[in-house]
Order: sequence, then C-alpha cells, then structure tokens
Amino acid sequence: MADVLDSYNQWLDGAWLTIQLTIFGGAVALVLALVFGLAGTSRHAWVRVLNRVYVEFFRGNATLVLLYWFFYALPLVGLRFTTMFAAILALGLNVGAYGAEVVRGSINAVPKAQFEATVALNFTPYQRMRRVLLPQGFALMLPPFGNLIIELMKGTAIVSLVGLVDLTRVSKNIQGSTGETVAAFTVVLVLYFVIAQVLQLFVRYAERRVDRMLGRRMPTEPSLGTIAAGAPGAGVGG
Amino acid sequence: MDWDWQYSGDILPDLLDGLRYTVIATLAGYVIALVLGLVWTLLRRTPSRVFNQAIRWITEFIRSTPLIPQLYFVFFVLPAWGITIGSLTAGIITLGIHYSTYTAEVYRAGIADVPKGQWEACTALNLPRSRVWLDVILPQAIRRVIPTLGNYLIAMFKDSPMLLAINVAELLFSAYQVGSKSLQFLEPITMVGLLFVVVSVISSILVRRLERRYATN
Amino acid sequence: MPPTESDEVGPGGVGGRPSSESTDTEPESPTPKDSGDDAVPKGEGVSTEKGDAAAAPLPRGEAPGIRFEKVIKRFGHNVVLRELDFTVGPGERVTLIGPSGSGKTTILRLLMTLEKLDEGLIWIGDETLWHMERGGKRVPANQKHLHEMRKQVGMVFQQFNLFPNMNVLRNLTEGPVRVLGLSRDEAVERAKGLLDLVGLGDKIDSHPSQLSGGQQQRVAIARALAMQPRVLLLDEVTSALDPELVVGVQDLLRDIARQSDLTLLCVTHEMTFAKDISDRVLMFDGGQIVEEGPPDQIFGEPSEQRTRDFLQAVLAS
Repeated sequence: MADVLDSYNQWLDGAWLTIQLTIFGGAVALVLALVFGLAGTSRHAWVRVLNRVYVEFFRGNATLVLLYWFFYALPLVGLRFTTMFAAILALGLNVGAYGAEVVRGSINAVPKAQFEATVALNFTPYQRMRRVLLPQGFALMLPPFGNLIIELMKGTAIVSLVGLVDLTRVSKNIQGSTGETVAAFTVVLVLYFVIAQVLQLFVRYAERRVDRMLGRRMPTEPSLGTIAAGAPGAGVGG
Repeated sequence: MDWDWQYSGDILPDLLDGLRYTVIATLAGYVIALVLGLVWTLLRRTPSRVFNQAIRWITEFIRSTPLIPQLYFVFFVLPAWGITIGSLTAGIITLGIHYSTYTAEVYRAGIADVPKGQWEACTALNLPRSRVWLDVILPQAIRRVIPTLGNYLIAMFKDSPMLLAINVAELLFSAYQVGSKSLQFLEPITMVGLLFVVVSVISSILVRRLERRYATN
Repeated sequence: MPPTESDEVGPGGVGGRPSSESTDTEPESPTPKDSGDDAVPKGEGVSTEKGDAAAAPLPRGEAPGIRFEKVIKRFGHNVVLRELDFTVGPGERVTLIGPSGSGKTTILRLLMTLEKLDEGLIWIGDETLWHMERGGKRVPANQKHLHEMRKQVGMVFQQFNLFPNMNVLRNLTEGPVRVLGLSRDEAVERAKGLLDLVGLGDKIDSHPSQLSGGQQQRVAIARALAMQPRVLLLDEVTSALDPELVVGVQDLLRDIARQSDLTLLCVTHEMTFAKDISDRVLMFDGGQIVEEGPPDQIFGEPSEQRTRDFLQAVLAS
C-alpha cells in the first residue's frame, strides 16, 4: 500500500487529466445539447430532422468505438487530431446527444399554459424561449444533467486505452511497477468515487438554487422520469 | 478517401465472430443485472437503517466509478485472492454488477411510483403483506419500469466494447485486431460504428413501442 | 367613442347579428371618465403629467370593437364553432355563458391567437386578426401581423399562468420592458401602480408560489393590464379559486371594468358576476348563439328553453 501511495504525484497528474477531460468534454456536450436540443423543439420540420440525426447517431454509438474511430480510422483519411482533442470530441459528441434529448424533453415539459401566457403578453418566439421556457426547462434539465456529467466523468476512463495517462492508466502503471494489484485498483476506484461525490455536491447545490428560484421543492430521491432521462438509451418524454 | 469493399467483405466473418462475444457478454451481464438489482432493492427495504445505508453507499460506489478500473479490479484482483476466472467471465460479472446498481434504482423508483392510494387501498382491504406485493404493487411497478430496463440493455450493449480492456475478443477488439494486421483501420472500425448505430436505433424503436404499450397515463 | 361598431368594420358591412336592437345600453360606454379619479389610487395624478408612458394603471383610450364573421373552428372532426357571427361594440362588456364545450373559451382563445382560425374572419377594430392585406388580396396573417394585432389584446387565464421563474415585479415588468420597450423605471412604476390597484402593493418582491390563488390571480390581472390592452379577455378567472377568494377577485374586476373603457369579453360560470360586469350576455350552445340580451333579460326572463335549462342547472349546483 505504501508503494502505491508514494506515487501520489502520478495519481495527482492522472486525476487532473480525468478532471480536465470531464470539464472540457462537459462543455462541448453542453453546447451541443443546447444547440441540438433547441433544434428539436423547432417549428420547422427540417430543423427537427437535424436533431434526430445527431441524437440517433451519436447516442446510438459506443463512446469507445467513436474514440477508436477518431484515433485509428480518421488519420488514415488525412484527419488527424491530438489524442486529447479526439477524446474530448468523442465524449462531448456522445454525452451531448443524451443532453440534447434532455433539453428537448425539458422544454416540451414546461406546461403549455406558460407558453400561452407568453403569447398573451405578445412575446416574440425568441423571448418566449429565452425568458420563460428555457429558464423553467432548465430546472427540469438539472437532475438529468447531473447524471450525465457523472456518466461523462466515468466515460473518461476509455482514454486510458488510447494512451492518455488518466487515473485508470495510472492505476495500471502503478500496478505494473509495484505489483500491488489490490491496493492500486482500490485506490483508483476510491479516487473516482471522490470525484463523483464532489460533482454530485455541485449538482445538488445548483438544483437547490434553481428550486428556490422557482419556489418549489423537489423530491429527495430521483423519480423514474429522471432515471429514465439519464438512462443511456432514451431521453425524457420521448 | 478510398473505401475497400473487397477488404470489408473479407473481414466480415472476423467481425461477426467478435459480435458473438459482444452479444453473449451483454445478455449474460443483463441477466445478472436484473437479478442482482432486485436483490439490492430488497436489501434496501430491510428494517435496519444502518444496513440500508450501507447497501446504499455500496451501490452508489459501484455506480459512480468507471467500468474499466472495475474490470481491472475483478480481472486482476480475484486471481490474487486465489480465484482464477477467464476474461469473458470477468467481463460478464463486472458488467452485470455495474449495471445491477442502475436496475436497483429503477426498481426502487418504480415501486415508489405506485400511487400511495394503492397502499392505502390494500390496508383498507386488509390484504396480507404477500398479496399486497405480488398482486398489487409489483405488477404495477414492473409495468412502469419495463421500458427503462430496456434502455439499460441498450446501454450495456454500448458499454460492452470496454471489455477489450481485459482482452475479451468482442466486436471492437476483433475490428482492432484485423485492422492492425493490415493497417487498414477505416473499414473495420467504421463498420463496427455503423453496426452499433443500427442496433441501437432499432432497439430504441422497440423500447419506444414498449413505452407506449406500458404507458400508465 | 368615435368608431361605431359595425359599419366601418370590413367591406362586407354585414353588420353582424342584429345585436344592437336588443341592447340599447350598449353603444354608450358606461365609463364616465371622471368617476375613475377618486376610485383609482395615486397613479392617476402622476400619469397625467407624464403622458402615456408610465401611464395610469388602467388603460384608457379608444377601444376597438370585435366582430366574428362566419367563424368556423374544428378540433379534428369536432366542430366547436359553426359559422358563428357576432359583434362586440367598442368598450362594450360582454359575458359569454353556456354549457361546457359550447365554444365560449375557444372564442377567447381565437382572439388571443392561442388557437388557429379554420374559416371565417375575426375583426378587431377595422383590421382582421387572422388575415392581412397583401397586393389587394386577403392572405393568412404572418407572425408579424399577429404580433401587431396582439398588442391590443390581453388575457387573464383560469389558472393564472404566472411565470414561476420570476418574482411578482418581474412578472409585471417583463412584458412592458421586452415587448413594449418601456424603460426599466417606467415599467417598475407602472407595475407599482397596478399592484396598488389590485391591493398587493406589499407583495412586489414575493414569489408567485408564496401567494394564495386569489393573490396570484390579482397579479395576473395586473400583468395583463400592464401591457395596456384595449381588449381584455377573462377566461373563467375565478374557477380555480377557493370559494372564499372568489368575491374579492370579482369585486376587483368589476371596479376595473367600471373605471376603464376596455372592450371586455368574459367567460364565466358565476351568474351574479356576469350580471354585475356585463352590458350584454351571449348564451352559447353547440357553437352557436342561442340567445342574447342585457343581463336582466337573459337572467330574468330568458326566452329560449335551452337558456332556461342551463340557468337552472347552474343555479342548482
């Protein structure tokens, strides 16, 4: 155990890479989720088709397959990324597709009466979205977004398979060099758990703030809807 | 960009061979996930608060840590304790345990989703505990959770490529193998990607059908 | 009241149903301008100095008339309005009564553009709501036209529909600032005046969820008025309220009706309120007007059997 902990420098570097991947991947995913999710609520059929194609393709694919594709296949046709960029792109595209479903479902879940009130106040379509539907939909998005960011953090472990030295890779390296299998893999799981719990805290905090803003209380345990939304496979509402 | 159709045809048998392992791992893991998930849920309903919390944190731990280090743990640590298992078995067990913590949440939410009035009606009718569960609560809860459980089957299918981390010869692994032999990665990996998309899209259409069929409102 | 109702409405000049002969109270808008002053608190003095901008809590000015011409509205195979014709004079206050499903609410929703018109014409003033002129032809309205036309119309909903992501003040200022282009200060001043008017001056920073149903509905009324509509639509505004809160909201609306010269369309199941607030009552059934007349006549001596049945059923409940 002591040998394993002595290499704390390596652990820290690995954790830092995992965190970076989570943050950048999350940022890419958030942007894609908003853009394609809002496209899914459009009045124009062809914009909605754009949403469907993106969601079905990138949600339907395994992140690791996507990463291998960026890493091994695309360079052969002349598209070359750095490994880091390929990893962020693969993670962002994949989680962004789930996120887009969450955004679309949440906007559609804002009560119709709220939309009608914006019409009665003569808001423009942009103002309806910006001032009322999006802020209220945001509250519905937060719990499934929380699930997604943790899924994304877990997903970052795949980069260890294409040579990036993240937490998982560090554990493998240390296991190799010290031979302390149990300690190395226990430590890495605990570290991931800690990161997940910290993310959890941020999400809870954001949820509480939004609930206060909307003046309501949320159930403490996630509902079936929330779980289904985070489920890799479908979004809220459908 | 040249797509080599000849080559694509040649590697297809290899890929299908890999697909077999992918399917086996996914289905076997799914069975474990469904059963073990129910066990977690029932354990969380025991009267002991300490025990419940312990179960809660154990499942939370498994759920919030990545599959790949878990695979390493099962594959490398169990032999250190004197239990030797093959990589496919290790993969199936890990996948199953990992997703059992998700199905446990689904079961729990499904039971919580049954309206309180149903429990009260059971009390009013003075039904015995076993009848309450078997005739009233579970039938309603299961209806609600079937589509979500279907989604997790798709999710496990999409996570199965990670088993290549412990050298399970699944689909992506085979694609990588044939690719590295010829140094032509474009065709095998693209084919795997398309296969995943096709399977996922078809199965999510099926799940949506389930959702409609079992829609409670 | 410069524009008289039917003759300058539309080239057809069909003049709608013979509504005017049964209602001698109607053309004279019963809103003496001076009676408002003592009843409306503060605000009034300020507003005359400032002109129209931060204006008096209650909208004033020329209210347009409304005319439905052979309006048809279907939901699937269900025809809700069948070739409906009727006219509401400028500043007139009309209550629509009738069994549920008779199409009353649909009329309000068509006027607020919450439902699409299938056939016929709806006039607000001397313009059509759902159609516009283009190259001498009448074509379906685009978003811009609808936006222009909606400026004249405000609506209060059964379920209040306050925005839960904004406090009371922002619920009242968001429209004036974003849509009417008022400055923040003007909008706040207007909001304060209106909140005083509805008796909730102290709730300005509250969140909608902290208010009772009655208070929420008062805020919703103030929010509609803040947009200074010329036509106000009230859609069963007290139906969702606890019984003890109904009277307060009704009294408020009656005061507002008396002190303003809005054209008012009101759907309600409260017959006393209908009697109080309106110049004319329209009885609907099956997407058509069964009977119409001043409240005393409709409630006192209805001539149609269907009206009598309906009133009996409502009073019995």
